[in-house]
Amino acid sequence: MYRSTVLVCGGTGCTSSGSQKVIEALDKEIAAAGLEKEVKVIKTGCFGLCALGPIMVVYPEGSFYAGMTPEHVHEVVQEHLLKGRIVKHLLYKETVDGETIKSLDQTQFYKKQKRIALRNCGVIDPENIEEYIAYDGYQALGKVLTEMTPEQVVKVIKDSGLRGRGGAGFPTGLKWSFAAANKADQKYVACNADEGDPGAFMDRSVLEGDPHVVLEAMAIAGYAIGANHGFIYVRAEYPIAVKRLQIAIGQAREMGLLGKNILGTGFDFDLELRLGAGAFVCGEETALMTSIMGHRGEPRPRPPFPAVSGIFYKPTVLNNVETYANVPRIILNGAEWFSSMGTEKSKGTKVFALGGKINNTGLVEVPMGTTLREIIEEIGGGIPNGKKFKAAQTGGPSGGCIPASKLDIAIDYDNLISIGSMMGSGGMIVMDEDNCMVDIAKFFLGFTVDESCGKCTPCRIGTKRLYEILDRITKGQGTMEDIPKLKELCMFIKENALCGLGQTAPNPVLSTLRYFEDEYIAHIKDKRCPAGVCKALTCYVIDRDKCKGCTKCARNCPADAISGSVKQPHVIDQSKCIKCGACMENCSFGAISKK
Amino acid sequence: MKSLAELQALRDQMKSKVGIREDENDNIRVVVGMATCGIAAGARPVLAAFTEEVAKRNLKNVTVAQTGCIGICQYEPVVEVFEPGKEKVTYVKMTADKVARIVSDHLVNGSPVTEYTIGAVNK
Repeated sequence: MYRSTVLVCGGTGCTSSGSQKVIEALDKEIAAAGLEKEVKVIKTGCFGLCALGPIMVVYPEGSFYAGMTPEHVHEVVQEHLLKGRIVKHLLYKETVDGETIKSLDQTQFYKKQKRIALRNCGVIDPENIEEYIAYDGYQALGKVLTEMTPEQVVKVIKDSGLRGRGGAGFPTGLKWSFAAANKADQKYVACNADEGDPGAFMDRSVLEGDPHVVLEAMAIAGYAIGANHGFIYVRAEYPIAVKRLQIAIGQAREMGLLGKNILGTGFDFDLELRLGAGAFVCGEETALMTSIMGHRGEPRPRPPFPAVSGIFYKPTVLNNVETYANVPRIILNGAEWFSSMGTEKSKGTKVFALGGKINNTGLVEVPMGTTLREIIEEIGGGIPNGKKFKAAQTGGPSGGCIPASKLDIAIDYDNLISIGSMMGSGGMIVMDEDNCMVDIAKFFLGFTVDESCGKCTPCRIGTKRLYEILDRITKGQGTMEDIPKLKELCMFIKENALCGLGQTAPNPVLSTLRYFEDEYIAHIKDKRCPAGVCKALTCYVIDRDKCKGCTKCARNCPADAISGSVKQPHVIDQSKCIKCGACMENCSFGAISKK
Repeated sequence: MKSLAELQALRDQMKSKVGIREDENDNIRVVVGMATCGIAAGARPVLAAFTEEVAKRNLKNVTVAQTGCIGICQYEPVVEVFEPGKEKVTYVKMTADKVARIVSDHLVNGSPVTEYTIGAVNK
């Protein structure tokens, strides 16, 4: 029995900021203090506050240490673990309130959150099945196998109102009922863990922090539809997630929670991993299944839908990681519990990956219907450096930009679509006044052009043409005719592309045109980039009155574009200038500005 | 794992091991003084005895924690028991042998062991 437990985040965010070194230092210091038998160190999943990593929590006190380094470890071990004195100056600042220490639930970041999909992340050791079991793990599977019929399982999921968390928001229970209704000698259950949206990492965190929840939910789905085999399609770029999934599958098999005759009920279920090679299109369901079958990852027209003909042409249920993460809780707590959260048509919670110009970069899970303002200003802690909020991009390359005027909209599937964006998988990139909206649209289109599989013409050629027009505008070579042309081409791609990715690819252009058309016009008519991002439209100038002639700018210019003699005002040759901004950064007198 | 009953038994067994990670406010808190003075007077075996005894009896509502110097170094090892809604009880000059009785009489049955408390020693 240990009297104290130290949880150190082993998610990708904290691992890259050095949590492994902290764990090594902890083991060493704890051994040196002779506390090995009293204090247990556990590597756990993501806490969500990635910006403050590496994160470490000491129980039973629940002290939340942020920004740990191996150098800090000695102090925490000697003071806190040995003598019981919490090291206040290393705690997460928000939890320290004068003399008292607040619990984590009371901090801005966690107060409004409701963790269902992420409930075990940062709580259990993901590489230890017994810890998952201690938190009611595999109880839902047990309940389903011993007390419920497959029809009852499907009904509970249907009644809960759970919708697909991968982006499109299709009702999960309905999907399961289609697959269950189809008779076949073999059916499959699959998990889409090919999280490809730039800036999205919620599925990775679930897999890293709580891999067993996905296995359990897939077995439940298997029972519900009559499948005994599952596939998890996970990107190879998620090495920690892959490793933990492998460990989890091994442990579940060893315990008899996967395999033949699970819990003595006669139900068989096993699953295997498939590693994706990193193509964005493989996150699309038909392409993903084609890839599992060993073919080139390309989508195909629907129907037939996967529930009729999926993996190896057999009825298949394919759900996203976060969708599965909700399933065991719904089984244990009931459909009503789940549907009591959220809005009329979107139930439960949603995980968002907050990124971009925001103070608390990280992972948040909030009930559906929370406003964007609550997420950005309260949970996210607002925009750094006192800048002004301009837009939030949701849904990755398939989504759109939400302007400040829509900040108070309650987030759910339908509301987001009505304002020209979409839920997507849950990436949320916050932008401030220094972001150019034309450039953002161009960035996402650049991504789509790279990732288009090339099977259908509207996507292969259409997105390329969109990109070229946007590129022209950002270079100051656009004309006013480009705007209607963009709109027309967008609509054409939306209506004619083969798969969901192509159909949604124009969304970044359409939504920025809808809310920020003035910026497009400024680029075209005034040849000016209001945010000062587009290089071709900005120029650096030296103020003759402020310039002291110190020559520092000229010495730092990589293109030799600055001339002038000592103690005389310098001049930038615009034809040579490459707009790197080195002169402005180096000027000690603030004489250089961007126009 | 052959049956659901077996799974539930494992869950109950594991629950006590991860229990300290739950933030229960109505827990009884047993706090052992573990400053230099406490450690020098032998607080470490006392703390270990408490954790073991609490685990052995599977007391889910008890948290064992350590704290710094309370200021009565001559009475170390000092152990304080905080029960919600009740006055705290301070045990002094503790040894590992005294622990079992405090756990059974006080933590389980709710009657403090008066003879070990600071009041008794002061007389």
